[in-house]
Amino acid sequence: MTTAVADTRVFARRTLLKLRHTPEQAADAILIPFLFTVLFTYLFGGALAGSPRAYVQYLLPGTLVMAILLMTVYGGLTLNTDMSRGVVDRFRSLPIWQAAHVVGTLLGDVGRYLVAASLVVLLGLAIGWRPDGGLPGVVAGVGLAVVFAYALSWVWASLGLLARTPQAVSMLSFLIQFPLTFVSNAFVEPETMPGWLQAWVDVNPVSLLVTAERALFAGTADVVDVAWVLVASAGLLAVFAPLTLHLYRRRSA
Amino acid sequence: MDRLPENAVEAAGLVKRFGATRALDGLDLIVPASGVYGLLGPNGAGKTTTVRLLATLVRPDSGTARVLGHDVVTDAAAVRREIALTGQFASVDTDLTGRENLVLQARLLGRSRREAHERAEELLAAFDLEDAADRLAQTYSGGMQRRLDLAVGLVRTPRLLFLDEPTTGLDPRSRRHVWDVVRELVGRGSTVLLTTQYLDEADRLADRVGVVAKGRVIATGTPDELKRSLGADVAEIRLAGVADAVTAARALAGLADPSAPPLSPVVQDDGTALLSVPLIAPLRRILDVVDDAGVMIVGLDLRHATLDEAFLALTDEEALV
Repeated sequence: MTTAVADTRVFARRTLLKLRHTPEQAADAILIPFLFTVLFTYLFGGALAGSPRAYVQYLLPGTLVMAILLMTVYGGLTLNTDMSRGVVDRFRSLPIWQAAHVVGTLLGDVGRYLVAASLVVLLGLAIGWRPDGGLPGVVAGVGLAVVFAYALSWVWASLGLLARTPQAVSMLSFLIQFPLTFVSNAFVEPETMPGWLQAWVDVNPVSLLVTAERALFAGTADVVDVAWVLVASAGLLAVFAPLTLHLYRRRSA
Repeated sequence: MDRLPENAVEAAGLVKRFGATRALDGLDLIVPASGVYGLLGPNGAGKTTTVRLLATLVRPDSGTARVLGHDVVTDAAAVRREIALTGQFASVDTDLTGRENLVLQARLLGRSRREAHERAEELLAAFDLEDAADRLAQTYSGGMQRRLDLAVGLVRTPRLLFLDEPTTGLDPRSRRHVWDVVRELVGRGSTVLLTTQYLDEADRLADRVGVVAKGRVIATGTPDELKRSLGADVAEIRLAGVADAVTAARALAGLADPSAPPLSPVVQDDGTALLSVPLIAPLRRILDVVDDAGVMIVGLDLRHATLDEAFLALTDEEALV
C-alpha cells in the first residue's frame, strides 16, 4: 500500500511538472476565471442586481465553481494523449500499482484547480466581493469545490480512455459541461425560469455545489448543503472510478 | 537474487488475434539467459506483438510464456520487477525534460529523491545528454529521444531488456552507440531480446537469432548456423570483364535448378566482373564449366551466404507453403 501512495505521488508530480512546462494550459486556468469573474460582474451586475458590487456577492461562488469545473477535463486529456503514445507501455511494464497512473494524474490537477480558485477569490476581493464567512468560509468553500471537481474529473478520465483523439474528449466534455454549468443557479436565481428548466436546475449537482458555496462563503452553511455535494461526489466516484480503471486495464490488453 | 533460470524466455504455442488478423500464430520461442537474442523478420511478422506479450502488455489468446521463470499472465508483477522495455516508438514523455523523465522512472522504481537525481545525472552523462538535460524532450532530435528512451530503460539494470527495433531510423553513429550499450549490458550478465529488420544488426549483435514470419518462428540458430543451413556457400568468381562474365553465367545456367534466379555479374571498379555462384554443384565442376566455356578465371573467393541471402531464402520458402 505504501508503494501505491508513493507511485500516485510520482504521477501527481508529473501532472504538476507538465502544467509548469505548458504555460498555454496555465493561461487557461488564469484567463477563464478572469473573464467570468470580472466581465460578468460588470456586464450583468447593473442590470441584474442594481450594481456590479451587489451582483459579485451573488456571482462569485458561481464563477468559482465554473472556473474550477472547466479545468477538470485536463486529466482526461492527459490520459488520452498518454494512451496514444509509447509512454503508457513503459508505465505498464513497471512494477508499480497500475492505477497510480490514473489516480495520480487526476490528483495532480488539484494544483490547477487551486490556481483557478485563488485567482477567482483574489479578483473577487479586488472588485468588492466580501465573504461574511471570512477565511474559514473561503477555505471550506474552495475545498468543497475541489472535492467535487476531483470526482467530476473521473468522468472525463473515462471519456479520455474511450475516445480516439484529444479533440473528441474536449468536444464531448464541453457538450456535457455546458448544460451542467450554465443551466444552473450559478449566474441567476432560477425563479424566473420556466418550470421544466427549473426542474433541471434544482437537481443539477452543480446547483447543489453553488448553493453550498454561497452558504459556506456567507458563513451560514448547514450540514445538509455540504452533505448533498459530498453525496453527489461520492456517486460520481462510485460509478466512474471503477469504470475508468476497468477501461485502463482493458485498453490494448 | 534467486536462482537464475536456464532460459530467459520460454514460450510455446502463442496465439494473439487482433480482430481478424492473427498477429501470432503458434509462436514458440526459447531465449537462453545471458547474451543477445535477435528476433528478425519483416514488418508485420509479429515481432512487436511478441515483445509486448512477453513484457506483460498484452495477454495471449492461447499458449504460455514464462519470462525469467515467471508466467506472463498469472505472475505479471514478478515479470515486471525484472524487465525493462524500450519501444519501437520512443516512449519518452515529451512534455517533460530529459532529466525529469529519468527521475520519474527512478522514483517509480522506488529510489529516493536523492538517489533518483544521482542516477539521472549518471545516465545523462553516459548517454551524452548533459547539455540537453533540462530541455523538454519534444525539442530533442530523433536520435536524442532514442538515447533518452534507452537511458530510461536502464535506470535499473534489468535482468532482461526488450529492445523493439532500437535503431530504426537512427544515423550510423547513434546506431553504434546503441550497440555499445547493448554489449555493455550483456557484459554485466543481462539478457537482451532485440527485434530488428536489419540483418546486419542481428548478424553483428545477436548471439542467437530467431526468424519470425507470419506470427511464427520459422528458424533459429546462431547467425552462422542460419547462414550455413539456409543459403548454400557461395563461390565468388572474378572474370576479366563483363563479356567473359556473361559467357560464364550462360554456361553455368545449365548446372543450376531452372527455377533459380539467373546469375548476374557485378562490375567492379577495376573493370573486372564478379559472379556469385551458389555451391549447388561441387566447386571443381563449376570451375570446369567456366573453363570449358573458354573464359579465364582471374580470381576466386569462397564465402558463406550472408544473412540477407539466408533470410530471403527462408521467407521465400515460407511464401510457397
